[in-house]
Amino acid sequence: MPGPAHVAESLWGLLADGSLLASVAVSMRRVCEGYAVSVLVGVPLGILIARSKALEDTVGSLVAGLQALPSICWLPLALLWFGLNDTAILFVVVMGSLVSVTISVQDGVHNLSPGYVRAARTMGVRGLALVHHVLLPASLPSVLTGIKLGWAYAWRALMAGELLFVSVGLGHLLMTGRELGDMAQVLAVMVVIAAIGIFTDRVVFGNLESYVRDRYGLGRA
Amino acid sequence: MSGGVKLEIESVSKQFATAGCTVDALRDVSLQVAEGEFLILVGLSGCGKSTLLNIVAGLDQADSGRVKISGRPVSGPGRDRAMVFQDGALFPWLTAAQNVEFALRQRGLGAGQCRLRAREYLDLVHLGDFADAHVHQLSGGMRQRVAIARALALEPEVLLMDEPFSALDAQTREELYVELQRIWLEAKATILFVTHNTREAVTLGDRVVLLRRPNGRPSVQGEFPITILRPREIDDTDVAEMAKRIAIAMRDGRDLAELERDHEDPPKTRRLLRGDNPGLGRSIGG
Repeated sequence: MPGPAHVAESLWGLLADGSLLASVAVSMRRVCEGYAVSVLVGVPLGILIARSKALEDTVGSLVAGLQALPSICWLPLALLWFGLNDTAILFVVVMGSLVSVTISVQDGVHNLSPGYVRAARTMGVRGLALVHHVLLPASLPSVLTGIKLGWAYAWRALMAGELLFVSVGLGHLLMTGRELGDMAQVLAVMVVIAAIGIFTDRVVFGNLESYVRDRYGLGRA
Repeated sequence: MSGGVKLEIESVSKQFATAGCTVDALRDVSLQVAEGEFLILVGLSGCGKSTLLNIVAGLDQADSGRVKISGRPVSGPGRDRAMVFQDGALFPWLTAAQNVEFALRQRGLGAGQCRLRAREYLDLVHLGDFADAHVHQLSGGMRQRVAIARALALEPEVLLMDEPFSALDAQTREELYVELQRIWLEAKATILFVTHNTREAVTLGDRVVLLRRPNGRPSVQGEFPITILRPREIDDTDVAEMAKRIAIAMRDGRDLAELERDHEDPPKTRRLLRGDNPGLGRSIGG
């Protein structure tokens, strides 16, 4: 087991030769792309499922079922469909986070106090305006929890994918360390992966969440 | 005070299905509210008063009968019938002013105009200084004032109020009774107000209509014109006496004429203060 100094040295080496930054850039691009698709599809899908009994019985049950499937199980399918390329990884990331985003948004909209919608309806608000001006802002706190969870899933799915599927990226850098028998590099990359995860969770989503909770008067989470 | 008929409820009936059997929520209820009138619908919980209000608001459908505003039948919710809910139902993601602006935007007003008018409506409910406060920063009474401002901002033909003060403490409530009478006069509003509190009903209303459900058939079971001089306060002796009469009618179903005979000697205030409202326990909805 290498000591912290050794790991730091390895981290410095990876930084110096540029391989770490290049890997971080590739991984971040992948996770952002996949995550963007998940949020753009998952949020509207979650709202639709929550608002329509027919969709809830069909798509809703399907999504709930898919939740039981770890996202990495989609990799073989993705490789057969898309070949050995970024699209396959993207697919795995989307499948990993889309389901959790959809389900959290659906739950959030479902458990919304009916008072807001009733009040809006008496003011003559309906259709898309109701979704845009009332349903979305009203469910924002739970949507935020949903998309935060979705990010964690996307990040995990990406790492799993990159470990198994050889191409550039942080997961790949981790595997390279293993192949070289360089324990210090393995640990250094693990530290970076965890640091990125913690940064997004605490700094990006943490601040966003506390701003919204403050604004809505929900108190500290 | 009264022009033509503003709101007409024509033999509205509604049933609810519960566990295999149907329950009458409303049986053949007819009611008219004149323009500028402050009408109170009073009854114990479960008498169908909230259901009737929801039907007028368009949030519920009647099984039969019609609701007409200024002569034209209505279906579905619309901003000609604004509603003030028990919990206010203000949008917590907006400030007080933005909540009022939300209503103004539904009327198609531009952004600048909305801001200006929102200020006027907040001033009307004496909350001009709290325009930029978030909903959770306001007290319960302030929230109901904003809710009233929001409803009035729609310039509705009828203002519907569903036990809007029942979640407030007694002091705040009394303050708002005075305020609401002033606002009603200033805004020249037509109000249909639902409550189970007979004191509240007499303090506020021009006319109190009693809903009861003898033999499980909820319908209008009495009408009480209130001629006591305004502004009224809840502890006025006249208010208490009238409230007592309505409370007895609500409980026993005896009409006014019978009551007059029973109470030849006018009861004293002390007695009136006790138990004038049998429905005032913890009742939710109605």
